[in-house]
Amino acid sequence: MNPWDLIMNNAPALAIAIPLLGAFVTPLINRAGRKAMLVWVIAVLAFTEFIALLLVYQVNTYGIQVYVFGANPHTLTVPPDSGGIPVRIIFTIDGMSAFTALISATLGLVVGIYSVGSEKFQTAQEKFFALLLLLVVGMMGMALTGDIFNFFVFLEINSLAAAALVSYHLNKGKAVEAAFKYAVVSSIGALMILFAIAILYGEYDALNMAMIAQRMYQTGFSTYDMIAMTLILVTLAMKCGAVPMHYWVPDGYGEAPGGTSAILVVASQASLYGLFRMSFTVFGLSANTSSLGWFMIILGLLSMFIGVTMAFLQHDIKRLMAYHAVSQTGYMLLGVGVGLATLGTAAFNQYGLYAMEGGIFHIINHALYKGLLFLTAGAIIYRVGTSDLNKMGGLAHSMKFTAVFFLIGAFAIAGIPPFNGFASKLMIYESVYQLNPFLAIVAAIVSMLTLASFLKVFHSAFLGPKIYDVKEVPKSMLFAMSILAFFIILFGIFPNIAIHYLVAPAAHALANPLGYITKVLGGGA
Amino acid sequence: MNPLVPTITTPSGVWNPLVWLMVFLLSLIIALIIYMRGEKTRKKGMQAGVFFSGDRPPEGMDAHIAAHNIGWGFMEALRPYYRAMRKMHTGIINDYVGWFLGILAVMLIIFLFWGGA
Amino acid sequence: MIFNLPFITVIIVMFFGFYAMVFRRNLIKVVIGLDLVESAVNLFLVSLGYVKGGVAPIYTSAPSTHMVLPTPQALTLTSIVIGVATTAMLLSFCMVIYKHYGTLDTRKVRRLEE
Repeated sequence: MNPWDLIMNNAPALAIAIPLLGAFVTPLINRAGRKAMLVWVIAVLAFTEFIALLLVYQVNTYGIQVYVFGANPHTLTVPPDSGGIPVRIIFTIDGMSAFTALISATLGLVVGIYSVGSEKFQTAQEKFFALLLLLVVGMMGMALTGDIFNFFVFLEINSLAAAALVSYHLNKGKAVEAAFKYAVVSSIGALMILFAIAILYGEYDALNMAMIAQRMYQTGFSTYDMIAMTLILVTLAMKCGAVPMHYWVPDGYGEAPGGTSAILVVASQASLYGLFRMSFTVFGLSANTSSLGWFMIILGLLSMFIGVTMAFLQHDIKRLMAYHAVSQTGYMLLGVGVGLATLGTAAFNQYGLYAMEGGIFHIINHALYKGLLFLTAGAIIYRVGTSDLNKMGGLAHSMKFTAVFFLIGAFAIAGIPPFNGFASKLMIYESVYQLNPFLAIVAAIVSMLTLASFLKVFHSAFLGPKIYDVKEVPKSMLFAMSILAFFIILFGIFPNIAIHYLVAPAAHALANPLGYITKVLGGGA
Repeated sequence: MNPLVPTITTPSGVWNPLVWLMVFLLSLIIALIIYMRGEKTRKKGMQAGVFFSGDRPPEGMDAHIAAHNIGWGFMEALRPYYRAMRKMHTGIINDYVGWFLGILAVMLIIFLFWGGA
Repeated sequence: MIFNLPFITVIIVMFFGFYAMVFRRNLIKVVIGLDLVESAVNLFLVSLGYVKGGVAPIYTSAPSTHMVLPTPQALTLTSIVIGVATTAMLLSFCMVIYKHYGTLDTRKVRRLEE
């Protein structure tokens, strides 16, 4: 078998194996010098990105992909002697999984490149990059796995790596405090998910998502399912930072070093993916999707409004952006929640699917522009040495590129055309108002407040007289920012590129749980 | 659907970024033309003092409006709301866990009644 | 099993854990609460997998075909390993916090509060 076929056939396994191996080899390679370690890390991240692109290509060309670990051939989901149960760990990749994996890998690569410059003078860099790779493993695993216990394991990898990354700069203990809070909240949430997995396992004798969904559909929705569903959905809502369980978000994002806040955004989005996967694929067939949808819509509205108003109050640049991350997560919950609330009715085809596409498009847009904003914030802190907006001013005199990138990100998050934030927000506004006009009104007001709040940041950090005599940040940081800025403008002017190749397949995959189940259980060799 | 066509059709409208960009550029050009037709004899460097009633403009940090002054009116108008919000965001880890468990309990009760199909 | 005793124990231990996490004002005690919840979940997993009179699933020398499915035990082992990692990390965070703040009182460990 030639290497290309080997990669093509084993892409889902490689997406996990390469960064995982890379993470543990990084400290060893660091013995050969810092340069070798950096080349290694960037190469691993670039290869992961390539695999993620390959997964998107495969899903778009051949439909849902399954990969069974330890089976020969690797598509043998239900072995003939197993009694109809998928006994092995199965990775199931549909449009939504590939979409999330691509975002995780992309932001991982960008933050990796950025950190080459921004962490230049730190000690123990090999541990930083090892943790970064582990975080990518956690996100990729959550996105690709079709096994509910495996999902828990990757969720824990994700949480632990993220918490350790947050505490990387000790910063007089403040970062450790943030990491402690993040780790406690994540761990209690993961334990609740494990409890729910135990309930589901006890009831259905299976850990495979498709198998659980099918058996739940056959036997009807019981009280145990209800308990498990609540535990899983509330936990994942907490992990993606929905109000009123968002308190760890500003702490964690605000204290994370340099550009790592950007990848923490994507780490939360992996939980958001989990929330959508569970509510559509696992519980969507049996549970009352209308009340699940309204659960998401209400969380979304609260997140949007409270997030943006709390952001107004902040004077720490990263904390402010973290509250905006909470607020933007609300848009995604709102868009997909409207889709879920209308699932199975005539309204779904009129506007529900469209709202879902808007919500999912907003995920990638948010990853891009919030990533860019956090990178610019990291650049400011790198040069100025403080994150307090009250002490900043006049940075546009000396950091011209950073200022331009910040403006691009700020315009995108505020939904100003022609940047990408406008395209997805428009899709959300114009579809959710058909369910209830109030939803679109709140979304529009929040968008205005977002603009006002970023004007405040831009004015206080970049405008005004020259206070700090600083240089522009290193080239690797600027390069990382320019990648994200390029995609923001590209998706703003040609939104159909993203919608056609990434968003629409993801929305259709979520809306079609039966296809997922049939692929896993009915396919065979 | 051709991915290179920038038009997206929503349930109630159409959005084409290229058309928007063209209109935007056109309006910029019109604004530039109007600006060029303005008074040619104005002197540079004299106008700034007007805003300070003829005083010398402040320099350095004094000329800069710091972040906490921006949006003061908004926060003053919503003071009761912000007081409640500040009370909610305590920063104590026990409260973080408490909120999570509280929402868990509330949602258990809600889904018990409306969760099933 | 008598009165589903293991499951009742699970609920009791879990509520002790929750109580410690919500009402105890010491970071170490919060971690202990987390560990109690974890033990409860592990106990739940193990007791789910219990088969009366079952034997270990080793096919070569099994005296009967009444075997225990090893999956819950495998899950519990994984969960214990993850729990050890989490606890170690949280306790080391506690040490660093104590070094910098001089206290472990949750009401005082809130310099980030806004």
